[in-house]
Amino acid sequence: MAIELEQQPKPSAGAVELSKIAVSETHGEDSPYFAGWKAYDENPYDELTNPTGVIQMGLAENQVSFDLLEDFLEHHSEAATWGNGATAGFRDNALFQDYHGLKSFRGAMASFMEQIRGGRARFDPDRIVLTAGATAANELLTFILANPGDALLIPTPYYPGFDRDLRWRTGVQIVPIHCHSSNNFQITESALHAAYDDAVSRNLNVRGVLITNPSNPLGATVQRAALEQILDFAVEKNIHLVSDEIYSGSTFSSAEFVSIAEILESRGSRHVDRERVHIVYSLSKDLGLPGFRVGTIYSYNDAVVTTARRMSSFTLISSQTQHLLACMLSDKEFTANYIKTNRERLRKRYDVIIAGLRRAGIECLRGNAGLFCWMNLGPLLKESTKEGELALWNLIVRDVRLNISPGSSCHCSEPGWFRVCFANMSEATLDVALDRLHRFVDEYRRTGSSQ
Amino acid sequence: MESVKGSCVLSKMATNERHGENSPYFDGWKAYDAYPFHPTDRPDGVIQMGLAENQLCLDMIRDWIEKNPQASICTPEGLHMFKDVALFQDYHGLPRFRQAVAKFMERGRGNKVRFDPERIVMGGGATGANELITFCLADDGDAFLVPSPYYPAFDRDLGWRTKVQIIPVHCNSSNNFQITRPALETAYDQATRTGSTVKGLVIANPSNPLGTCLDRTTLESLVAFATEKRIHLVADEIYAATVFHNPTTQFVSVAEVIRDNAADPARCDPDLIHIVYSLSKDMGLPGLRVGVVYSYNDAVVRCGRRMSSFGLVSSQTQHLLAAMLSDEDFVGRLLLESSRRLGERHGRFSKGLERVGIRCLESSCAGLFVWMDLRHLLKEASYEGELALWRVIVNEVKLNVSPGVSFHCVEPGWFRVCFANMDEGTMEVALQRIRAFIQGKEAGDGRENNDVGVVKPPAGKKRWQKDLRLSFKTVRRSEEGHVSSSPLRMSPHSPIPRSPLLWARN
Repeated sequence: MAIELEQQPKPSAGAVELSKIAVSETHGEDSPYFAGWKAYDENPYDELTNPTGVIQMGLAENQVSFDLLEDFLEHHSEAATWGNGATAGFRDNALFQDYHGLKSFRGAMASFMEQIRGGRARFDPDRIVLTAGATAANELLTFILANPGDALLIPTPYYPGFDRDLRWRTGVQIVPIHCHSSNNFQITESALHAAYDDAVSRNLNVRGVLITNPSNPLGATVQRAALEQILDFAVEKNIHLVSDEIYSGSTFSSAEFVSIAEILESRGSRHVDRERVHIVYSLSKDLGLPGFRVGTIYSYNDAVVTTARRMSSFTLISSQTQHLLACMLSDKEFTANYIKTNRERLRKRYDVIIAGLRRAGIECLRGNAGLFCWMNLGPLLKESTKEGELALWNLIVRDVRLNISPGSSCHCSEPGWFRVCFANMSEATLDVALDRLHRFVDEYRRTGSSQ
Repeated sequence: MESVKGSCVLSKMATNERHGENSPYFDGWKAYDAYPFHPTDRPDGVIQMGLAENQLCLDMIRDWIEKNPQASICTPEGLHMFKDVALFQDYHGLPRFRQAVAKFMERGRGNKVRFDPERIVMGGGATGANELITFCLADDGDAFLVPSPYYPAFDRDLGWRTKVQIIPVHCNSSNNFQITRPALETAYDQATRTGSTVKGLVIANPSNPLGTCLDRTTLESLVAFATEKRIHLVADEIYAATVFHNPTTQFVSVAEVIRDNAADPARCDPDLIHIVYSLSKDMGLPGLRVGVVYSYNDAVVRCGRRMSSFGLVSSQTQHLLAAMLSDEDFVGRLLLESSRRLGERHGRFSKGLERVGIRCLESSCAGLFVWMDLRHLLKEASYEGELALWRVIVNEVKLNVSPGVSFHCVEPGWFRVCFANMDEGTMEVALQRIRAFIQGKEAGDGRENNDVGVVKPPAGKKRWQKDLRLSFKTVRRSEEGHVSSSPLRMSPHSPIPRSPLLWARN
């Protein structure tokens, strides 16, 4: 079943009309997902000043490696010399609005992406298109690959923001590729075909498959065999394949991440395979810099690169920020060390949370990437339905005071799964959260409630 | 665009021409790219006068940055803020950034009006902001009225991904290109006849390319028109602080009209009024991508804010500008000095033109360009004549200026010429070349400018049609031999392969 666009009724006569897009609900902010955010906003945890507040575990931010970035800046003043003495540097940079992007920055991005993939894939800087965040990159690609009313196939569970990013202003629909815990939520060939057939049966024109690898919310990489199958499927149906790889640098071990770029290179890159493939990347997760709005589209299709570049005019990256990151990412010694250290720290955090949850009798999907784990509270549900899941979630937000994300907001077909972020807080706060969860689960198992 | 057999197709949006890059407007850029002027290395190169940048006060901004290292998150003084700023992705924007921008907008309007920081929504430059407000106000197929001549990229910004139609409201020199009620009504009726619903009127005030400011009476009547027709009014005020003659009295922001007509909703409904702003022109910082939508309509602010997720301002940049624009002393000095330097530059340039008999639109008081009248130099009073003259100016006088046809001007012979994107020496060279060109022509020195002669403008009735359609089937062919034409748009020409400063705002 497709995820339907919701529309509000037209405003009453006399009131000023806005566009259909403006009044639709496809921005998705009225979903229960955001109720947890509101609870957090109203009562945010603070170690010292508000130790009983709500702990934010719904935000996939990477805060574990800032010291490495700060250290780099302390020792590399050229990143700060924008405006410091180098007259030509400041002026040119302040005026620079070319949608090709700073060449040095594109080059640095390309080499960073290569390093993340252990050199197993090459990236041509001239195929990199810059956008203000992956949010913009995903929407922009959708504008290019699909017409309004067309469909993209997306494996569930998926990042709730896709409902807005891919559908809201584009008018494109999402048809889910259902995945199940029975095989660890891996994408299967039959699921791909089922989704496609579902779309066709409803007269929807399928334009592409969009996968997130590593997956949000699963926190796990897509296996090589599955990637091969997905690419074959895309070739067979003559549709596009978008691989959102924004968590690629957050895989706990380099060897475990296989990029679609590697699959293409290993196939000897037949043109008809390549030109349907597009990769989305960002520095928001791997570098922990969501505020800087750095997204990229890497496409093997020349027409897509040209058009995406033109469209990026609406969403360019600040030249000041391009300059800073060009400095940082051009330093290959720094980036190699960063990637390695960041991975290790995320793995350690992951181990801590998994162990803590296990002590509480809670199992998670075996993960190997990302800033979160995919937790199974199915056994605790009073009823194995979406309502049962939301009821339990309400309890957790309200009484345990943890904002975690319910699987239903990620369109998971099985109730009881929750995404829990672990990299956006200190270790001490993580311990507090685990402790609260442990006590809640014990109580809940005994009495069926949280009191 | 053709698809290769077996390849997967792209969307209609990706393959149509509404990105606008195939316009003759970009030929001048090609010439500039191929051989750009440099005072010592390439003194006979093409001078770029098609780029509306404000380079006159960057030294002041650079100095401020040097003296305020704490405003950067990379310096020892500012590093302690790095993490918090880097994590901040809230689409409300940094509160102190919004406050500083609101204050700057007030100062740029002589403190005659107040702006509420809570109504400020970020956009990816004015380019992103104009698209964003259009998505909020109009549906696929709806129409926006836009007085001509207008900034060429409005076609893309307002119409490409939004699929909104632009209907020009034609203005001409008989009244200094002022917007008249009959012209508005004509455009409105035209839209209605073709079955489009008009959803808004977009005005650029100060105007690009005219450099004029709307007087209060006209502005009030535009607001009244919008209110009467129940359509939105988008006021693009990105040149507000580039007013160089009597800034306080010359520029009237639509915010003032709202302030003064609050008690009269029949003539002024604030829910219909939205301002687009940016720091690209007033401060000369186009690279920083600071666009703003300021709406008096709460629902638009809410929706716009959500949409701004697709084009937020980098938090690093927000942080820097929050500090800079809160420095009231600096802002005061900057605005004064910028206005003075622009006035001086404009004065020198327009006087230089006057000396060789070239007039510019006299009512201009703002902007980074002049609207130059070369009608008397056209061999024929047509777009063909204009483009022929333009080719001479680009290829032989070696100045990249922008022909009026690319701004949808109904009168051939006008050119937009930018003067603030270069140093004074370069401007003098440009004037010298213009002098030599004019004097050479007058002397009849056998120059090969056969395209151009001195022509008397047609007396009485204008030769061009009222609702002029542009058709260049016989005039231009692209390098690939591809020709097409479309009404209300320029004929496509081969796309410029590369330009170092291509395409955000110009």
